[in-house]
Amino acid sequence: MSAAEHPVPSRGDAFVELENATVTYGGGERAVHALAPTSLRMGKGDFVALVGPSGCGKSTILKVVSGLIRSTGGLVFVAGREVGAEAMRVGMAFQNPTLLPWLRVRDNVMLPLKIVPPFRGQYRAKRKTAFRDRAEALLAQVGLAGFGDKYPWQLSGGMMQRASLCRALIHDPQLLMLDEPFGALDQFTREELWSIMQNLWLERRPTVLLVTHDLKEAAYLADRICVMQARPGRIIEERTVPLARPRTIDMTFAPDFVALTQDLRDAIFSTGGAREAA
Amino acid sequence: MTADTKRHIASAALIIGCFALWELFCWAATISSVVLPRPSEVVITLFERRDAIWPHVWQTLFTTLIGFALGVGIGVLLGILIGSSKLAYGVVYPLLVGFSSIPKVAVVPIFVLWFGAGTVPAILTAMILCVFPVVVNVATGLATTEPELEDVMRSLRATPLDILTNVGLPRTMPYFFASLKIAITQAFVGTVIAETVASNRGIGNFMLIASSNFDTPLVFAGLLVLAVLGVGLYVVFSIVEMWVTGWARRRDVVMG
Repeated sequence: MSAAEHPVPSRGDAFVELENATVTYGGGERAVHALAPTSLRMGKGDFVALVGPSGCGKSTILKVVSGLIRSTGGLVFVAGREVGAEAMRVGMAFQNPTLLPWLRVRDNVMLPLKIVPPFRGQYRAKRKTAFRDRAEALLAQVGLAGFGDKYPWQLSGGMMQRASLCRALIHDPQLLMLDEPFGALDQFTREELWSIMQNLWLERRPTVLLVTHDLKEAAYLADRICVMQARPGRIIEERTVPLARPRTIDMTFAPDFVALTQDLRDAIFSTGGAREAA
Repeated sequence: MTADTKRHIASAALIIGCFALWELFCWAATISSVVLPRPSEVVITLFERRDAIWPHVWQTLFTTLIGFALGVGIGVLLGILIGSSKLAYGVVYPLLVGFSSIPKVAVVPIFVLWFGAGTVPAILTAMILCVFPVVVNVATGLATTEPELEDVMRSLRATPLDILTNVGLPRTMPYFFASLKIAITQAFVGTVIAETVASNRGIGNFMLIASSNFDTPLVFAGLLVLAVLGVGLYVVFSIVEMWVTGWARRRDVVMG
């Protein structure tokens, strides 16, 4: 199967739209094509996963959609406007939790509220108590009730990653960008966080773009999975995940789930040199 | 007894031991106090001449602290400027390194030429010696902010000022306080050098006069005063550092 036989499903109400977007670093002979012309459509509230070998431009797509880097060619629209034209609430979480070590967990989670309008203006005013309650409620949802007063260095890796997810979600982002957020965790913690992530998404319905090496993770969490190829980075295949929600870990052992991940694995390995993909 | 108390007692014993050994050595070898006075003589001299020494101590302390404050202020501003921009970091850094490698003693005569002998050249020398360690540390702290953290902030549409106040400056604090401890000792060096070369007040000048009178115990008394002042201020900044940047050194407590 190739992308040509299965064109990207066109949606009139696409929330995120990449139209032949390219990213090239440098110029002339030394130019690096991080992203070959790539098209991608995501409806509002979609959960899309990008899988593929290292250096295939997964994170580049993430950065283009969140407006951190500009595409060198093609078009990138978010919410019907060119990306960056309008303030968009974006949440981000990375493999490295990047919590600020001098702030308590609760204050780390509240950081976006200090910066993003319309919360920004309210932060200094009397709303701070309300924000604190909001952070505590979110922390409780990810299993960190009572840890708001701790400092990040007092938490384990899994707990820090939970706090990092809270920070990405506290300001009710319309776009949630996840760059291998569970990559450095052990299997049990990871599976627990998949379930937490799914619940948060079902409840809040942000539009999520998840970059991952883990095919099981992609199939568990996403509605749609884009398989990417490296040098130059591009999407070579798209799969819809037909599984009902909420998904459970038990479902990951079912034949159709295993067949799906096996299929994705074949798609990646057929492109060669993809040993990192599991 | 905890390991900490043991360590404190041991280091105190070492210091006292050194002085005792010095005392014993001078006494046993009957060394003239013009060459090397005994520690007890130094302390007695310090006590007997305290009225003559006191104004000089104030002068030196005052000069050092003003120079230090000016140097730190300039250092922080320059450090922020250089650390916040890759371009500035690349462009200004070589100049700064070149400037810092000039022996600062050599600029004292220039300051004397411009401002005359006295307190002003001493303040400026202290200031100049303070600037460099502060600039380097503040700039390094800012320039080494994790790129992912900057991405998080930028995706929130944080202004450069937001990033500076919420991320850059707090994470620079450990570097900044480390540089303050270096800067305060450097400031003393600057003050004393300038006082020795061109001043009629301050501990540097007073030690110079004492040495030309072969009043060795008095020279050592000046040295003792400088040591006490230097250690004292170092301790003050260490305490402030611990208080402000405790988060940077408490990583050993981890929960499961």
